[in-house]
Amino acid sequence: MSTLFAILLYLATLVFVVGLAYRVNAYARTPAPLKIPTTPAPNTTGGVVLRMSREVLFFESLFKANLWTWGLGWLFHASLALVLLRHLRYFIEPVWTWVALIQPFGMYAGITMLLGVAGLWGRRIFVERIRYISTPSDHLMLALFMVIALSGLTMTFAAHTDVISVKGFMLGLMYFDWQVLPASIALYAHLLMVAVLLMIFPVSKLLHAPGVFFSPSRNQADNPREKRHIAAWAKQLESEN
Amino acid sequence: MADIAAPAYRVIPIIPVLKPGAMEGKGPFIASDKIQEAIGFPGQLVEDWHDRAIAKMGDLLGKYRSLKVYMDACVHCGACSDKCHYFIGTQDPKNMPVARQDLMRSVYRRYFTWPGKLFPWLVGARDLTREVLDEWHNYFHQCSECRRCSVFCPYGIDTAEVTMAAREILDSVGYGQKYSNEIIGKVHKIGNNLGLPAPALRDTLEGLEEDVKEATGIDVRFPMDVKGAEVLLITPSADFFAEPHIDSLIGYAKVFHATGTSWTLSSMSSEAANFGMFIGNYEQLRKIALRIRQAALELGVKRIVVGECGHAWRVAYSFWNTLSGVGDGADETDQFAMMLQKQLDHRYKQPMHICEFTWDMIGQGALSFDKEANDKHIITFHDSCNVARGSSMGGYPGGQFDIPRNIIKAVANNFVEMSPATTHERTFCCGGGGGVLTDDLLDLRVKGALPRMEVLQQVKDEHGVNFMACICAICKAQFTKVMPIYGFDRKMVGGVHQLVSNAIKLGAK
Repeated sequence: MSTLFAILLYLATLVFVVGLAYRVNAYARTPAPLKIPTTPAPNTTGGVVLRMSREVLFFESLFKANLWTWGLGWLFHASLALVLLRHLRYFIEPVWTWVALIQPFGMYAGITMLLGVAGLWGRRIFVERIRYISTPSDHLMLALFMVIALSGLTMTFAAHTDVISVKGFMLGLMYFDWQVLPASIALYAHLLMVAVLLMIFPVSKLLHAPGVFFSPSRNQADNPREKRHIAAWAKQLESEN
Repeated sequence: MADIAAPAYRVIPIIPVLKPGAMEGKGPFIASDKIQEAIGFPGQLVEDWHDRAIAKMGDLLGKYRSLKVYMDACVHCGACSDKCHYFIGTQDPKNMPVARQDLMRSVYRRYFTWPGKLFPWLVGARDLTREVLDEWHNYFHQCSECRRCSVFCPYGIDTAEVTMAAREILDSVGYGQKYSNEIIGKVHKIGNNLGLPAPALRDTLEGLEEDVKEATGIDVRFPMDVKGAEVLLITPSADFFAEPHIDSLIGYAKVFHATGTSWTLSSMSSEAANFGMFIGNYEQLRKIALRIRQAALELGVKRIVVGECGHAWRVAYSFWNTLSGVGDGADETDQFAMMLQKQLDHRYKQPMHICEFTWDMIGQGALSFDKEANDKHIITFHDSCNVARGSSMGGYPGGQFDIPRNIIKAVANNFVEMSPATTHERTFCCGGGGGVLTDDLLDLRVKGALPRMEVLQQVKDEHGVNFMACICAICKAQFTKVMPIYGFDRKMVGGVHQLVSNAIKLGAK
């Protein structure tokens, strides 16, 4: 089983890194021929950095749109971020001080993350408009996060796993010095779902994470009169006549 | 058309329940082969439309980062789902911005992503069938490209970009919209959307000079094709003859007169509107914009000022520098742009909105007003979508909101705001923008006006508002048509420069 998971996690990481690099590269290389920032648009690059920060850290636009979706969505993402940071301890030795300090918060973040997912799922099921636009994959994505959170919480609060061995396994993967993974259904479920998540990342709506940084309506400075903006393919038209 | 009625106001502006299929149909009139071929599109739906449409989509995905990112990034969160005026007015779920995008996203997933190729049912992917193509023609002409959804989207996904791409694909397979494509043909042939030839235009302008002389006793000129004039005015052609548009044209002329600015119109380039944007075709967008460049070069003007027109201002402000070099900051080596930019006077923004021009002049004390002349009006201001969400004024964020309001307050005493949930960047489209201002879509236009009409009714009841000012030719035309259906007087709508015209003091200063 340890070998299977080792192969799976290598594969998942490879798909994630290569797939994501491929997508991000495609976004970066596709030109944005016209200036299309949406109001309120800052005039300067510094302003764009601030706007993007507010968008990514606080979901500013979503806040304007719908308080429920914002609250649940932000709770989920902020919790997920904390949980991810907490998990750093499985990949570093010795554990950095700040990673040690956030451990207790990270534990409870697992619970709030679950609440966020449940709330978002409830919204998807019970709000007529959101139900209408949902595809099976939208539901499955939430199910995936739910299984990940539940299996993780089980190991934290109910059926404890030998985390020292888990860490040994992870470090072993990183340094190509393979170790044994403790036998635990919850752990198997947890790792399997995380691997699935990594692999579907580059081909699913999870691309919203890198996508937001490339959204022309959010990342362009509003200075079209001051600076000529022209894409290579559009410039070509000028030499044709 | 007699059976078109206004939908009832919502008691509280609640989110409407869904009525699937409410706006199913054939969509707007299809462009004839003559109209299509005149602007380089296939005359009729081509035999191999399926392959060509998919190839075109691939082409656009490679040319527009917006489309590429927007096809991938949506998470179906529903933030946009209650933001579209057409959804609110029609209750058709396919008019929710996310559902409208999904009409294309479903096809994108099927042909351009692995999950869609392998498990279409899982990710809502579908083949591009004739039914899907017809659905595109119908629902992508129920979007006014107003970008309200984009304001609220956590990733800034702009349905306008998707609509433009869809229309571009439809045109490329010979399935165009009559209204927009016919108008584009007229601009190329005659120089303006309305098809007014130069002699007719000259007659109209002379008539206006006489009218103003009669009303004020002052010789206000409406010059055309004057070489060496300081300012070239590019204004929507509706300003030359439509009501209430023409009153704003008179307003611009009076401002130029009172400030002693030498200015001119161009008979060759007598149109600010650019329907190339509506159909999402870069070549048309560019070609129409180049007429203005040509006029500016031929007339040798130092400044280009744009009249009251929403999408025209978006094209002018955001796109002209890119398309035709009207602007500043081109590379020294960029000969195409430098040719024009060397001629223009960069002490002023290029191009400049007529509101920026007037407000600057007010700031310099060059204009004086008899505000009482507007006392019969209790005025509110409707932010036009393309000005509000696709451009700016004054060189600072939000200038496009302040400047027209500042002008109104400088020329009139009674000004009232509508509900803040419906102004500034949250403004609702008039219901007629983006290429749907045609009688074959009147039902849609009436329903799409609902959210604006509701809040107008509110300020009418609470404050006695009897004049809604705006700075968009399409808004003016749309409102004069649909407001009577909601029980308002059509004369309630007018331009900001109509108010300027009423109050400006000419001659003695």
